Amino acid sequence: MKRPSLKSTYLWTHLAKDLRIEWRSKDAINSMLFFALLVVVLFSLAFDPTISVSRQIAGGILCVATLFASVTALNQAWARELRHQVLDAQRMTPAPAASLFLGKVIANFLFVSVVQLLLAPLFIMFYNLRALGQGWLLALVLPLGTWALVVNGTFFAALSIRTRNRELLLPLILFPIFIPAMLAMVQASTAILTGESDPDLWIKMLAGYDVIFTTICLLLFETILHAE
Amino acid sequence: MPSIARLENVSRLFGTFAALRQISTEFETGRCYVLLGENGAGKSTLLRILAGLLQPSYGKVFVFSGPGAGDTPQSQRGRIGYMSHAAMLYDELSASENLAYFAHLYREQRCLDPADALRSVGLDPALERPVGQYSQGMRQRTSLARVLISQPELLLLDEPFSNMDMGSARQMISLLGQFRGERRTILLTTHQRELAEPLADYFLTLEAGRLVSTVAGPRLMAKEQQ
Repeated sequence: MKRPSLKSTYLWTHLAKDLRIEWRSKDAINSMLFFALLVVVLFSLAFDPTISVSRQIAGGILCVATLFASVTALNQAWARELRHQVLDAQRMTPAPAASLFLGKVIANFLFVSVVQLLLAPLFIMFYNLRALGQGWLLALVLPLGTWALVVNGTFFAALSIRTRNRELLLPLILFPIFIPAMLAMVQASTAILTGESDPDLWIKMLAGYDVIFTTICLLLFETILHAE
Repeated sequence: MPSIARLENVSRLFGTFAALRQISTEFETGRCYVLLGENGAGKSTLLRILAGLLQPSYGKVFVFSGPGAGDTPQSQRGRIGYMSHAAMLYDELSASENLAYFAHLYREQRCLDPADALRSVGLDPALERPVGQYSQGMRQRTSLARVLISQPELLLLDEPFSNMDMGSARQMISLLGQFRGERRTILLTTHQRELAEPLADYFLTLEAGRLVSTVAGPRLMAKEQQ
C-alpha cells in the first residue's frame, strides 16, 4: 500500500475552499443546527428530566443529536464535488488524495464544532446542567468524539458516493463503526457530569480510536477516490 | 513524429455492454485529432481512459514515453488536461476563485496565471459572480481556462463547442490552434465536424465502440500537397 502523501499547502488549499463555500452557502451548518436543536428540545420535552437524571442522560443525548445532525451534513459532504464532476478534475491533479480527504474532514469537524458551540448554551438551559466532575474535560471529550464521527463519516460518504442509495448506506455503515467511539464519548461525558467515576480510560479509548481510524482512512482514501 | 499516446487493443465493458472494442491507435505529438461518432459510440469513454479516469477492461494505454514503467495516464496526471461535458467547477465560487484553487493544486508545475487564463478565453477576471450564475457558454469557457491553466501536453476535450454560439466557438478554435502551435496535442470529440475542420489534422470515427476510420483532415492534406 502506498504511503499517503500529505502536504500541508495542498491541505490548506482544500480546507480554505471548503470553508469559503460553506461561508457563502451555510448549507451544512444550517441543516445540522436545526436538526440538532430539534432533537435536544424534543428529548427535553418528552422526558422532562430532573437535574440528576439530566446528568445521567445528557452525554447520550448530545452524542445522538450530534450523530444524527452530522449524518445529514456528511451525506452532502461530497455532493459539491460530484455535481459538475469536480471530483474528476481533482483526481486529474497531481495533488495527493490524502490532502483532499483531510481538508474535507477538518472542514466537517469545524462545521460540527460550530453547531455544538451554538447548541451548548441551549443544552445547559434545557437540561439545567452543571458538571460535578472536571467540566473542562468536556472540551477534550467532545472534539475527540466529533473527530471520530467526522473522519469515519467523511470516509464512508466518499465510499458510498457512487451508489444509488447513498443516503441510506452512510448511516448503515457509519453507525456500527462509530459505536465504540460513541460508548466512550457517552461514558466519558456522563462521568464528567455526574462526577461519579474517572473518565480517563474512556478519553484514552477515544484518542486511540481516533488515531487508528484516521490512519486507516488516510491509507485507504486514494483507493476509494480512484475506484470505478 | 513521436507518439504522445498509444492504445493497444483497448476494450471497455460496462457490465455486459462493450463501450469500446479492441481499439488500437496512436496519437502523434503536436497534432489535433477530432473524434466523430453517434451518441454512445464510445467517444467519451475513450477520452476518460486516456485521461486516466477509467481503466480499460482489456488492453493497454501508454502515454508520453512508450511502454515501460511510469507511463500510464494515472502516473502522468499533471501532464494531461481533460474537459468533460460538465463544467468541473464549483458553482459557489467565481471563475477566478475556481481557477486559483486549481492552480494551487498544480503548484509543482509551471502554471498560467488564473487572470491570464481567463483573458485568453475571453472572460473578465474581475467578474465576481459565482460560476453557478454563468450562462452555459461562459461556463464552458471557464472550464477551458481551468484545463489550460496547467499547460497540459495532451489536451482532451469532450464536446467543447456544445452550448456555444458561433462566435465563441470560433474564438475557442483559434485559441486551440495557438495551443497546438506550441507542439501540444489535442484530442476532441464533436458532433459539429465543420466547426472542427480548420483545426483537425485527423478525423477518427467510432461506431458502436469500434474505430472504423482514420482520415487526414483538409488542413493536413493541403500541407502534404504543397
